[in-house]
Amino acid sequence: MTAASKQHASTKESNYLTAGYGVRSWLLTVDHKRIALLYLISLTTFFSVGGLFAVLIRLELLTPQGDLFQSETYNKLFTMHGIFMVFFFLVPSIPAVLGNFFLPLMIGARDVAFPKLNLLSWYVYAAGGLVTLFAMFAGGVDTGWTFYAPYSSTYANSHVILAALGIFITGFSSILTGVNFIATTHRMRAPGLTWMRLPLFVWANYATSLIMVLGTPVIAVTILLVAIERLLHVGIFDPALGGDPILFQHLFWFYSHPAVYIMILPGMGVMSEIVACFTRKRIFGYKIVAMSSLAIAILGFLVWGHHMFVSGQSMYAGFVFSLLSMLVAVPSAIKVFNWTATMYRGSITFATPMLYALGFIGLFTIGGLTGIFLAAMALDIHVHDTYFVVAHFHYVMVGGMVMAYLGGLHFYWPKMFGRMYHEGLAKVAAVMIFIGFNLTFFPQFLLGYLGMPRRYHVYDEDFQVLNVLSTAGASVLGLGFALPICYLIFSLKFGKKVGDNPWDAAGLEWTISSPPYEHNFHEIPEVTEEAYDYGKREAARV
Amino acid sequence: MSTEHHVTPLRVYFTVFALLLGLTFLTWWVATIDLGAWNTTIAISVAMTKVMLVVLWFMHVKYSNKLIWFFAAAGVYWLVLLFGFVMTDYLTRLPVTGWGG
Repeated sequence: MTAASKQHASTKESNYLTAGYGVRSWLLTVDHKRIALLYLISLTTFFSVGGLFAVLIRLELLTPQGDLFQSETYNKLFTMHGIFMVFFFLVPSIPAVLGNFFLPLMIGARDVAFPKLNLLSWYVYAAGGLVTLFAMFAGGVDTGWTFYAPYSSTYANSHVILAALGIFITGFSSILTGVNFIATTHRMRAPGLTWMRLPLFVWANYATSLIMVLGTPVIAVTILLVAIERLLHVGIFDPALGGDPILFQHLFWFYSHPAVYIMILPGMGVMSEIVACFTRKRIFGYKIVAMSSLAIAILGFLVWGHHMFVSGQSMYAGFVFSLLSMLVAVPSAIKVFNWTATMYRGSITFATPMLYALGFIGLFTIGGLTGIFLAAMALDIHVHDTYFVVAHFHYVMVGGMVMAYLGGLHFYWPKMFGRMYHEGLAKVAAVMIFIGFNLTFFPQFLLGYLGMPRRYHVYDEDFQVLNVLSTAGASVLGLGFALPICYLIFSLKFGKKVGDNPWDAAGLEWTISSPPYEHNFHEIPEVTEEAYDYGKREAARV
Repeated sequence: MSTEHHVTPLRVYFTVFALLLGLTFLTWWVATIDLGAWNTTIAISVAMTKVMLVVLWFMHVKYSNKLIWFFAAAGVYWLVLLFGFVMTDYLTRLPVTGWGG
């Protein structure tokens, strides 16, 4: 895509980073790019907290005995790891950081539709995070991130209400971001930027926003019902009070399964941008890839019962949910096949973002295919609540989403800050993360298949070798994650300055200065061509 | 029809508010009478009526364009999906015969 009116850089003009100084200029900003950076800092903090819990879990699991922690402490460790990673990192990560920064740039807008609402969403997110951190310091919570009732609503002896309140508050941040992105995409596209010319990253964030707006209120209500039962003893989920525990699981998974797509869909959007740029080709089957995002968003709402095959749910309902779960694999597979087809006979460059993209394709495919295993009722009964499930969702969430997030961060970093990181170190980190990840989580497939249950810190001695391998992998993975934090921060001051379009990428965001001006575009561009028009660029180059 | 230019008279808001209070009273009153399965049906019907009043008048959907109607309808449709699929479980469960039964 090229804009009819090109934006010319002026070195004298201040960019969004230099438009204002001081803490006040950041904390009261309504610039979508600055808000994205506020999110980047807070998300990285919560990712580090969640990661710290993962380190402690893996250390404990080095030996079959409970050497380091009591059972109760271990329960709190995996609960806090799940809560911070899911609600405070995975769900908001790409939409809040890369979406906030690039969605308006990609559609030729000067900001999102509701800039003040955007800032409010960050404050709400931060408030929710602080409440949950307080719950952690007050003693933590031991229910698992799933808060299953009636344990959470009646029996748990930890800070359930406080942690749930943090998640409840943060949910509103998701809703605000979702509403903002939907309105922005509908109302603020540049002239000529029709729906079928939109970058696939915008399509993916649009589909994600639909899920955020439609699904998040249900988890908020569910949390509220747990609080009502816990505080007022009104029978909702606890059978002893006349409630139904399976109702909790229905309500919880109605949000929390689509939440998996909130986490992965924006990553798929990033993937399309990277694969197109580093293969110098238009995404194969653009329309079907765009539509598959919507299909995932809609079908993703109809599969939640596959988390409940052993809960006592009706087997007929289980059958329907199993069938629908198989169906949702189709649009996901379409994306993977189309990225692969895009690479076919492409002029591939193995820059750091592309390494992450290639990692994503392989790891997400394994995560997705093992999801089919779990959607099959008979097999799920064998591996339910084992490490097989833990490995499966980490292949999707870390192997998929975190790889895409890191790929996107490396791809867009020079645009965000006007400086390039150390490419050699970045490649080393990408390879370390790939190897460390597989060494951590592949053994867990085997552990689960052999019968090791999740959420226990004492296990059979036969499982120790695989657990040691997993912990060794986690060490490599941890170092791999620490490396980008160091060289990316280093690059802010010492990185080589780059031009407006260091990757020679297509898209409106690459036509403006790096870092972008405060209001993005001097003139709103007019779009006359389709997205990813790399064919014309390459022809012009020849 | 555009949201920006429509000004709703105050009396409409007060009328809707009075209706909401009346329906809340109706919910309480019906709850004091044993109508068997009809208690739930009436309670949900009253709740849905209140939702419609709030969405149409307080949230101005009545005066909004088709896109807003579409999104509002999507919200209702998703609620139907939630209830519908939960009921596929509740209505098709096998009878519990007890342990070992």
